[in-house]
Amino acid sequence: MKYNVNSNGFYGDFGGAYIPEMLFSNIDELKKNYLRIVEKDSFTREFNFYLKKYVGRPTPLYYAKRLSEKYGSKIYLKREDLCHTGAHKINNTIGQILLARELKKTKIIAETGAGQHGVATATVCALMGMECVIYMGEVDIERQRPNVERMRILGAEVRPATSGSRTLKDATNEAMRHWINNPDDTHYIIGSVVGPHPYPDMVARFQSVISEELLGQLKKVEGRDYPDFVIACVGGGSNAAGIFYHYLDNPKVNLVGVEAAGLGVSTDKSAATTKLGKKGVLHGSKTLLMQDENGQVTEPYSISAGLDYPGIGPLHAHLFDSNRGEYISVDDDEAMNAGIELSRLEGIIPAIETAHAFSVFDKLDMKGKVVIVNLSGRGDKDLETYIKWGKY
Amino acid sequence: MNRINKLFKDKKDKILSIYFTAGYPNLNDTTEIIKTLDECGVDLIEIGMPFSDPIADGPVIQDSSNVAIDNGMNLNLLFKQLEEIRNITDIPIVLMGYVNPVYQFGYEKFIKNILECDLDGLILPDLPLDDYINEFKPIFDKENLSFIPLITPNTSKERIRQIDDNSNGFIYMVSSSSITGKKSSFDDKQIQYFKDVKGLSLKNPTIIGFGISDKESFKQACKYSHGAIIGTKFIKEISNGNLRESIKDFIASIRS
Ligand SMILES: Cc1ncc(COP(=O)(O)O)c(C=O)c1O
Repeated sequence: MKYNVNSNGFYGDFGGAYIPEMLFSNIDELKKNYLRIVEKDSFTREFNFYLKKYVGRPTPLYYAKRLSEKYGSKIYLKREDLCHTGAHKINNTIGQILLARELKKTKIIAETGAGQHGVATATVCALMGMECVIYMGEVDIERQRPNVERMRILGAEVRPATSGSRTLKDATNEAMRHWINNPDDTHYIIGSVVGPHPYPDMVARFQSVISEELLGQLKKVEGRDYPDFVIACVGGGSNAAGIFYHYLDNPKVNLVGVEAAGLGVSTDKSAATTKLGKKGVLHGSKTLLMQDENGQVTEPYSISAGLDYPGIGPLHAHLFDSNRGEYISVDDDEAMNAGIELSRLEGIIPAIETAHAFSVFDKLDMKGKVVIVNLSGRGDKDLETYIKWGKY
Repeated sequence: MNRINKLFKDKKDKILSIYFTAGYPNLNDTTEIIKTLDECGVDLIEIGMPFSDPIADGPVIQDSSNVAIDNGMNLNLLFKQLEEIRNITDIPIVLMGYVNPVYQFGYEKFIKNILECDLDGLILPDLPLDDYINEFKPIFDKENLSFIPLITPNTSKERIRQIDDNSNGFIYMVSSSSITGKKSSFDDKQIQYFKDVKGLSLKNPTIIGFGISDKESFKQACKYSHGAIIGTKFIKEISNGNLRESIKDFIASIRS
């Protein structure tokens, strides 16, 4: 497993656990127990039960005929948008809440950007009867209203993060501070493949159900279990990690991550981490990070709240650094246009995060190839942003 | 023997350490603050290197960091301000902050600057022990610099021993499971933790920090350790009014 995590929690030069001592015992508890727990038969059985009966897995692999015709390729969509709550995020929250229960934790906290992870967390907390506090940047609370109300209906408390850029990064800071203040009874469900080891590996494992299903589904329709291209949007990188997972060590598969360029990589309003980032340490891991020359983290921007983050998970930093993955950045307009195109050609309005993944077909040499796009979420939560953008 | 070791050799209790954020309230207050603290008889000074995302800090230190960064504080400038500091004071000075700004500055260059300014130690709470041992310890040992680790009520005894073995100077005993700037009276559980740590007979002395804000909590902390660190309350005190007066009044109120 050349591209996966090593026993020290590193992916190449990236990863590790850069945390203050106040979090050490919690992270150490996770590190010492997560593999033992997630590899237990009883855990797997319960995890699979909820994924099947509650989330609605396996999600379909859908051949996108009109999109394929337009781009002269065989484009399949992995329909994570059809998961309960509307995005891939719930694969991870089901896994983590079962883990939290094993660790005898009674309270859950989480950060959220687009609100999808917050909703997925609030959902599993309702399901398991656990107390739930979600931190969300003030800016995101404004642009993802419907999800805020969904969390509240589900019984979660949504606390605004009012510092910094008031987006995902700041919500993560607040969640970590909350955990420092409440280390004993609380589990922090991180929503992407970011944070200190073992989070990136743990979240990737829970999301790897996506590529695991894909192996069999693809074999049925294409006669082989791997595609030529796998494309996914990258905020922290959990949906991408989930759909790359079983193909990491298969060099025949081109792994393509799409990050948000915001208003463009040459402006100061962007979230294109692989283009603009340097090696650094944030939220517990060494990774690529957007920062100024003094090591202060810069405030990212993207029209999509879920990609509006100044770092990426250490797995992706490693895939990028070692050239195993190709990372492309697309701006707000390209993403919005792609969202409209998918709506018109396939009758699917994607989340704006997801729309980024649909705007790179012209940038790849994929004529005649088998291409999988991870349709990570649906666009219901983004109607207001679509309406404001208006060009449809 | 560096200044920190000497301090703890000469003085066994009631050591008062003050934390402030460099560049706050104004960009060029650093030397004035240090000079005044020296005049007030403070024993140890921790200079905070501001960071945009200080996850172990409460609102007061967060704000001071943001103001400092907006004022233009950075490590190049801080070391420039500290170039001549040994003409002003002989108090032990340690730098405290988060990994990323130091990492960007470059570990080697950072240590070189610490030596050039004749500072005494470093507190970098999010630096893993392994990284310290690999990247800092050889040169810290050679140059007799102190690396000051944190322990908390949740740090296991075995880990405290390991931390004690790998550091020299003093151990920063975080009073409770919390970020900076929280409540200031100690409950039974905390006092038991202080006693437990005392019972370990560590090779390094301990100083209690987090939640120390006044004469009473300082006195309490000193019962169970060699002294205490005040940060949040000090920053609040100097946030407005005359800098020298505020510092003098505050230190007097602790030491009276
Ligand atoms: C639908 C959808 N896709 C993608 C993301 C980005 O997260 P990640 O990169 O971890 O998949 C989000 C985050 O909120 C999301 O809601």
